[in-house]
Amino acid sequence: MKKRILSIVLIVALVASLTIGLAIGLTGCDDTPAAREVKLAKLDKTAVKIGLICLHDENSTYDKNFIDAMETARQNLGLTESQVVIKKNIPEGPACYDAASELVGLGCNIIFADSFGHEDYIMQAAWEFPTVRFCHATGTKARTANYGNFYNAFASIYEGRYLAGVIAGLKLQDMGYGEGGSKNNAAPKVGYVGAFPYAEVKSGYTSWFLGVRSIIPGATMEVTFTNSWLDETAEKNAANALIDRGCVLISQHADSWGAPTACEEKNIPNITYNISTSSKAPETYLGGSRINWAPYYEYVVNQAIAGAPIAYDYVGTLKTGSVELLPLGKNVAEGTQAKLDEIIEKLKNGTLDIFDLDSFTVKGAKLTELQLADVVTDDAFTPDTLVVENGADGLAFKESSKRSAPYFDLDIDGITLLMD
Amino acid sequence: MRSVTGKPSKFDAFVDKLKKESPIHISKRVDMPAWKQWLIRLAAIVVALFICAIITVSEGGDFGGFFVQLGNANFMQLRNFIVLLQETAILLLIALAITPAFKMKFWNIGAEGQVLMGGLMCATCMFYLGGKMSNSALIVVMLIASIAGGAIWAVIPALFKAKWNTNETLFTLMLNYIAMGLISFVLTIWVRSGSGVLGVLRYGQFPRIGNQPYVLNIIIVAIITVLIWIYLRFSKHGYELSVVGESINTAKYIGISVPKVIIRTMLLSGALCGIAGWLLVGGTSYSITTNTAGGRGFTAILISWLGHFEPISMVVFSLIAAFLSKGASQVALTYHLSGSFPEIITSIFFFAIIACEFFNNYKVKFNFAHFKKSKEQGGEATTAVISDSEREDGEKGIEDTAEEHIEQPTSEGAALEGKDLEGEVTE
Repeated sequence: MKKRILSIVLIVALVASLTIGLAIGLTGCDDTPAAREVKLAKLDKTAVKIGLICLHDENSTYDKNFIDAMETARQNLGLTESQVVIKKNIPEGPACYDAASELVGLGCNIIFADSFGHEDYIMQAAWEFPTVRFCHATGTKARTANYGNFYNAFASIYEGRYLAGVIAGLKLQDMGYGEGGSKNNAAPKVGYVGAFPYAEVKSGYTSWFLGVRSIIPGATMEVTFTNSWLDETAEKNAANALIDRGCVLISQHADSWGAPTACEEKNIPNITYNISTSSKAPETYLGGSRINWAPYYEYVVNQAIAGAPIAYDYVGTLKTGSVELLPLGKNVAEGTQAKLDEIIEKLKNGTLDIFDLDSFTVKGAKLTELQLADVVTDDAFTPDTLVVENGADGLAFKESSKRSAPYFDLDIDGITLLMD
Repeated sequence: MRSVTGKPSKFDAFVDKLKKESPIHISKRVDMPAWKQWLIRLAAIVVALFICAIITVSEGGDFGGFFVQLGNANFMQLRNFIVLLQETAILLLIALAITPAFKMKFWNIGAEGQVLMGGLMCATCMFYLGGKMSNSALIVVMLIASIAGGAIWAVIPALFKAKWNTNETLFTLMLNYIAMGLISFVLTIWVRSGSGVLGVLRYGQFPRIGNQPYVLNIIIVAIITVLIWIYLRFSKHGYELSVVGESINTAKYIGISVPKVIIRTMLLSGALCGIAGWLLVGGTSYSITTNTAGGRGFTAILISWLGHFEPISMVVFSLIAAFLSKGASQVALTYHLSGSFPEIITSIFFFAIIACEFFNNYKVKFNFAHFKKSKEQGGEATTAVISDSEREDGEKGIEDTAEEHIEQPTSEGAALEGKDLEGEVTE
């Protein structure tokens, strides 16, 4: 009998405690933080303290790129080492909010976060600490959230990717592919290892592929996704699988050394992203593109020092020095640099549109002026904004002009997605 | 072990010889008082901290600074302290969840998956029911769904164990990966953009208390800790599951239905993991990823073991683990160390603690006669004639240890008897 009583008491206590807990909590539920005043002080240079939140650490090519750029920016701005605090290995979850809160506690007044999934948690922190400037790379919500102290940034990296595609195309030509080449194969297949199938990655590989096709018009591409930003084994396996499927050149948008090392082992040329992989893949590394975040860091800090507002959407370009090409590998085709210089010039003076409607089709048809893209992020990811405009040479899909983060997420003809 | 008649057998002679000739003798100990055990653990923690500090110095850090940063990371501001308590609470809750099963010697290493399933059920409610009912009602629905999710994920291997005696270790381990796969699958459905990032869900978030996050989580875990302590210590269920753990035959003999206890205990275990998932999704991240449990389901196994399945000891260990992991991140940040530094520090800590348990469980005796002898004889063959006095020394040593060997089973038997009596009293 006693046991019955005891178990009943236990259950009642459990339920009661949970209810009490909730009741206590719910009393404080409706205090919506209405009185939120954004007060961004003009910062003295010596008072600037930057916090950087990274998804992984230096072992990730993506995060290393952010960390290296921070060091460059720190030196350019003349800040001391103690004015920069870097938190590494912060997952895309509440840990990011905690990290941001702790950085505020350490006295940081400008905080950067580097990963797409950090955004909502950085926004929580931005809402809570209205005296601190929060900048988030690759995010999409700053403009619509309108917090006053939360900003997004990206770069027109599709231009860099396109240029990297040109390097690849020239290499294919050099290898004997394309019309009239020694291999007698006008339609070589290239491979691409992507992280997640969404706009940032899709815009990247599409522009890269268009770069390849500007040299080898018959080229096709196969893409696989690892569904992770950093998974060396998966990326290596994916690259190997693409090579086994007959891809003669590989590129990737995932953050480990997996794909470059797979290519080096199989002697397949590789185009990389973020940092040069020539140290571990000297024979097969051709080149690649990167976003140089230093100009953005410097822009934000200088605006803060001047007491000037920071743009909700910052798009770094070739002109601002945000989009860069990595040093060319030793085995690139002859004349690559000259060709690149020519295209860079066109991109800089706006006489070349990468997503020119004449250069690609979707399901056999050209896009029209009525094409919509999901620019304003909502739960259902509804396409909501007209994005086709008059370009340098007829109509073009205008990437990164409506917001900083990419929104080109169409599956164009010639690219096959290998989804499980 | 000596034969019952007291006359030395051939085997005893062999053991005696071995003891005389080996410089170190290790025997099981059962009589270590609790305060002494804690003293040894404290010593281990201090040693671990010193090693960590030395590693920090070798990486270009500062010895004193290491300790200062450990403290700063956890106590500098109210927020740091709350995050420390939150991390402790979640780790503790999962450790508490697996403890009943472990006491029963049911090796449930599927807490990670059970937490994730609880979290997934919770996120499902937030995703589909958000905005369709009041927030407090939604939180209650989330709780029920989470408990169901965790319990179902735990009871599947329990049913298989009870019916077909399948290996629960492998079974629960595999279910972890299935839970992760399910979350990835659900995310591809929910997140149509393909980014795999669900983002913060607006409805069903736990309210803040005192404008601080996580406080409600900490309160709930504190209450559950007390309840589990009572359950394991004073309830008939708690007694039954420890009998099943000690000996299934004994349990059968005194009329305990073993399958029933296994299933019931795993239901409880899973339900608690489900609550952990509820706290992680509804009260912490407001979202879900395959990383929501973050390996805590595995760390919790360590915590449960180190705490000897005692909720109060587990509080201490989870607090120390959370403290060190947070502190080490801060040290890494201050001295610009690699991102893996915190992992190294926590590994050293666990290594030291596990190593010190050896001294809690075993008596180490040095056979000084052996050292003396080899010194005198200048390293000559040890099997040479042994002088009378040395012979006596040796005998004495053996006598001591032999007694311990005989004592051990009887004292355990006594403990078991005592428990039996206690059990009857509670009934």
